[in-house]
Amino acid sequence: MQSIYLTIALAPLAAAIVAGLFGRSIGKVGAHSVTILGVGISCALSFYVLYQILGNGMAPFNGNVYTWLMSDGVTMNVGFLIDRLSAMMMVVVTFVSLMVHVYTIGYMDEDPGYQRFFSYISLFTFSMLMLVMSNNFVQLFFGWEAVGVVSYLLIGFWYTRESAIFANLKAFLVNRIGDFGFVLGIAAVLRYTGSVDYATVFANADKIAAAQIHVGNSVWPAITFTCICLFIGAMGKSAQMPLHVWLPDSMEGPTPISALIHAATMVTAGIFMVARMSPLFELSETALSTVLIIGSTTAFLMGLLGIVSNDIKRVIAYSTLSQLGYMTVALGVSAYGAGIFHLMTHAFFKALLFLAAGSVIMAMHHEQDMRKMGGLRKYLPITYWTCLIGSLALIGFPGFSGFFSKDALIDAVHLSSRPGSRYAYFCVLSGVFITALYTFRMFFMTFHGQPRMDHHTQEHLHESPWVVTVPLILLAIPSAIIGWFTVEPMLFGGYFGSAIHVLPANDVLARVGEEFHGSPVEFMWAAFDALPVWFAAAGVITAWIFFLKKPALADAAERRFGWLHTVLVNKFYFDWFNEQVIVPAARLLGGGLWRFGDQIVIDEGLVNGSARSVGWLGSVMRYAQSGYLYHYAFAMILGLASFLLWILWRT
Amino acid sequence: MITLTDVLILSGILFAIAVAGVFLNRKNVIVLLMCIELMLLAVNFNFVAFSRYLGDIGGQIFVFFILTVAAAESAIGLAILVVVFRERRSVEVEDLDTLQG
Repeated sequence: MQSIYLTIALAPLAAAIVAGLFGRSIGKVGAHSVTILGVGISCALSFYVLYQILGNGMAPFNGNVYTWLMSDGVTMNVGFLIDRLSAMMMVVVTFVSLMVHVYTIGYMDEDPGYQRFFSYISLFTFSMLMLVMSNNFVQLFFGWEAVGVVSYLLIGFWYTRESAIFANLKAFLVNRIGDFGFVLGIAAVLRYTGSVDYATVFANADKIAAAQIHVGNSVWPAITFTCICLFIGAMGKSAQMPLHVWLPDSMEGPTPISALIHAATMVTAGIFMVARMSPLFELSETALSTVLIIGSTTAFLMGLLGIVSNDIKRVIAYSTLSQLGYMTVALGVSAYGAGIFHLMTHAFFKALLFLAAGSVIMAMHHEQDMRKMGGLRKYLPITYWTCLIGSLALIGFPGFSGFFSKDALIDAVHLSSRPGSRYAYFCVLSGVFITALYTFRMFFMTFHGQPRMDHHTQEHLHESPWVVTVPLILLAIPSAIIGWFTVEPMLFGGYFGSAIHVLPANDVLARVGEEFHGSPVEFMWAAFDALPVWFAAAGVITAWIFFLKKPALADAAERRFGWLHTVLVNKFYFDWFNEQVIVPAARLLGGGLWRFGDQIVIDEGLVNGSARSVGWLGSVMRYAQSGYLYHYAFAMILGLASFLLWILWRT
Repeated sequence: MITLTDVLILSGILFAIAVAGVFLNRKNVIVLLMCIELMLLAVNFNFVAFSRYLGDIGGQIFVFFILTVAAAESAIGLAILVVVFRERRSVEVEDLDTLQG
């Protein structure tokens, strides 16, 4: 099996190298053929691995394939841990990636960077697989950084656009902050367990739990420190407040990567990581409460921003932020299974929504402003229906995949007694209403109502080619139905087995399971007695009234709540704060360090200073060199005499 | 009877004369070389004296070696002096200060 795992990881890398280095000689067809082949092999083998685990009951694999380095008793390996969690992630990553590869053939058709793009997304697939398949923290960090680099490259794919360059720099810098915390977390793990290998670390988790950190007079539990540091890493990658600011701007990149990287896979790496670290997080109630509160705040506030945004991709980006918040909330109440379940369903329907948005953007000649769309239903029938499925899944319409994951998640929050869970319950519940509102605002503004585009564009409207619509359909199928098959095993059936560790006292999913009525159908009917479904319905109706039936109402509301609208349009002033406070402060600090630390201390003091002091010493000592023989002889005699005296004095 | 002390005093005086010669002489490099020879001879005196005193012939053998080496050294020193004189028309110590810093 080890060779299969290696093939899964390395096939996309090989394809990326071929498409990247020999792109010019193999041409456009060669580039997309080789990368689709590479990712296709990975995808097929990932399905095979999942089948082996589920169908044939294969035991989890944990082994090293290569020793990277050994230093002072710490061994860093390249290795794979293939259990049910990583097998599921592999399938999701490779499947969505494959769909996006196919879709890209249509979307990037006329772009001069065609081969480069394919090389990048294949490289991304490799990095993401290394991340999820890893069996140690260092390889996890390698994958973590590698997906960050590819994300940087792809956000700035159109590198002649100033806004794209700004956005990719922003993404990279904000992620650095998160990564700093992550590195500290890994260092703390290494410090207290002496290993970076998952199995060893988790076996020694009680050592971290027993340790304490003394800062001055205060004492901190090491486990809380470690977990919060690790979670700061997750906040950067999974765009949780206040490190979320890079994700909306990342929409500067081409739409396929918004779907693949900034919705379905990379941004969920943080969720995956926390779930993977569940044996550590379970030991710190404080860290989990932090996770819970940050996640619920993100889920609520970022959803609000989706309501006022007019760029179709940004609406979906804010929706992604909000949904990532939901997943984080699930982690915060120890319902890791629900978080990962929502991650999976979200990967399908959010990739679908992004690709559908991309299809709309293509039809509109790269116009992304929804105010210039409307009435696209009759021109783009396949996009319309698939987008509807994606939207219904996103708002949690009963029966669709998002319904099962989100409803179970909200139930789990409701039943949790962790500090902060009441606040989180309020956030996720109102989040349901907001989700439905912005999703269907986007949907109605795009596909319904009067066409608002100019005449020229309207004449050229037509459905996208098959390479675009086929991935849409293939993603629509799991978005619609996957919840039926997976809800029971993943949430209540112990699908994850030993991959996720939950203390019995924290196990809210088990309590949700007690209320689970035996089958997905019963679960669905039971949901009609609960609030979320009605909240979602209210959201859709509100969207229908405000944006389709009586648009004047929306304008009136905008005027009535002008201050709120201003706050939302300015994205809660996070960007303003960063640009007016954080950036000048950082520049001030950097400038100070440069002028004082670099120029004065290092350049003047250490480098030039040592040279100058040697020169000064020489200029003084040259006076000792008189050149007269008797002076030297005198020095010799004097030296000899003092040497003899020293010997006499010693004895 | 000449005791060991007498010989040691003699050699000490010889050595002191040689050192004084090195410092006081500001004129001629040849004198300088002669002073160095004198130092070596003072040391040789010590060797012979201790050899007699301790009944160990090794010290006297050493003297032969030192004399040989001293002769060779003087030969080289004088040869250098001749060359220096040809170059600069002077062997005065005051003039030979090209190594000055």
